[in-house]
Amino acid sequence: MKVNLRINGVNRTTELEPRKTLLDALRENFLLNGTHAGCEHGVCGACTVLIDGEPVRSCLMFAVQADGYEITTIEGLAPAPGELGVLQDAFCETHGLQCGYCTPGMILAAHALLQTTLTPTRDDIVEAISGNICRCTGYGQIIEAVEFAAARLRVANTPRPQHDGLNRELPKHAAPTEGLLEAEKGDQPVAEAK
Amino acid sequence: MKPAPFEYVRPESLAEACALLAADEDARVIAGGQTLVPMLAMRLARPARLIDILRLPELAGIRQEKDAIVVGATTRQAQAERDPVIRASVPMLARVLPWVGHPPTRNRGTIGGSIANADPSAEIPLVAVTLGAEIMLATVDGPASMPADDFFIGPMLTTINPGECVSAIRFPVWPHRRVGTGFFEISARRSDFAFVAAAAQVALDDAGSCIEIALGVGGAGDRPVRLDVSSLAGGKLDSASVTEAINTAAAELDAMSDLHASAAYRRRVAVALCIRAVEEARGNAAAKPAKGA
Repeated sequence: MKVNLRINGVNRTTELEPRKTLLDALRENFLLNGTHAGCEHGVCGACTVLIDGEPVRSCLMFAVQADGYEITTIEGLAPAPGELGVLQDAFCETHGLQCGYCTPGMILAAHALLQTTLTPTRDDIVEAISGNICRCTGYGQIIEAVEFAAARLRVANTPRPQHDGLNRELPKHAAPTEGLLEAEKGDQPVAEAK
Repeated sequence: MKPAPFEYVRPESLAEACALLAADEDARVIAGGQTLVPMLAMRLARPARLIDILRLPELAGIRQEKDAIVVGATTRQAQAERDPVIRASVPMLARVLPWVGHPPTRNRGTIGGSIANADPSAEIPLVAVTLGAEIMLATVDGPASMPADDFFIGPMLTTINPGECVSAIRFPVWPHRRVGTGFFEISARRSDFAFVAAAAQVALDDAGSCIEIALGVGGAGDRPVRLDVSSLAGGKLDSASVTEAINTAAAELDAMSDLHASAAYRRRVAVALCIRAVEEARGNAAAKPAKGA
């Protein structure tokens, strides 16, 4: 059966059997291996992709059902080849991954959450990733990663109090001292060595 | 973990879908597929043909009627969860939806799919039975309907015939101003299958007396059941009378034993959860302003 899918903003066509899941089609027909195959029966969340912006398990959907939707995989989140999005970078900064198997699904689930709110509560984050299983991190750093990414996105395109744009250090009292996540401290601008 | 081969058909109309279903014994309906696809993957189901009804316009949408809300079968669970009409008029459905699966499965899973699947521990069938909803069917001879109580006959078993599919669910809307709902369930992990679930809806008059009460239990037996606590109507829903009425009603509750929980445990938990659900429902109803208050 011939299907037309719109994946990461590009129209792609392929020939496949109706029984092929969207997950297998993404990996085998389109060579988008960032979407991981875990349990393949809808339990683990490793295969999460976004369908019209909402997280969905690609193993619980046949590729022939997916035409007409805007499909986003983890490859579609990177701003440019070899670069990381804010959320992806946050996972690195906070050690939000160890083996990395669950990470694409976690990031897509969290991305969908951050598209709706940049001030998620801890409960919102837990609920958003509740369908994704991680066996390494214990989830703590993953939640921290999402909080951190939200914090960074909140201040994106706003003047930063610690920094006057000319790499001159502002007086200490201008910088907030409380409410900073541990990883966020690494965001303080460093004056270039002369 | 790969499904057996099947033929995939996407009919243009509901009538065509019913004709396709009636013509082929081995055909199955697929909508959100959140239960069917795992069954296919594990080869517990091997239909020759899948009839995809998800995009049929006749099955979509949430419609307001005079004394009911009609929820189209292919309404996504996530969509119903956010819908302002459902939140205002069928609060019990809005209350249980966060317990249905996980966010990604609710984004694909449908209200009608959960009804047609008839899992004894599922929350949406519990709401349908508790509120006395009507299951609307599409058949080769045209539309039909039946009360939810008659629709569910056992675990994953309904009275649906070949050539029929669930088209919508008609949830009654209570006319009273002070309506509150309560819901509790026990499961191994949040969003896993409930061992026992209890849902209650209570309407109070301005003086705080109960006008109408509905109470249902899911997961305990082979299908969701409504408990008869009509003796509480007219009373103040004090804890002694609530406990007594629930104990009496639950005495006839059919509970089953399996590797997760024994029948005795299920019955005991059912009583406890029912009491909590009624208390929560009464509290929520009482929090709504009385006339002139």
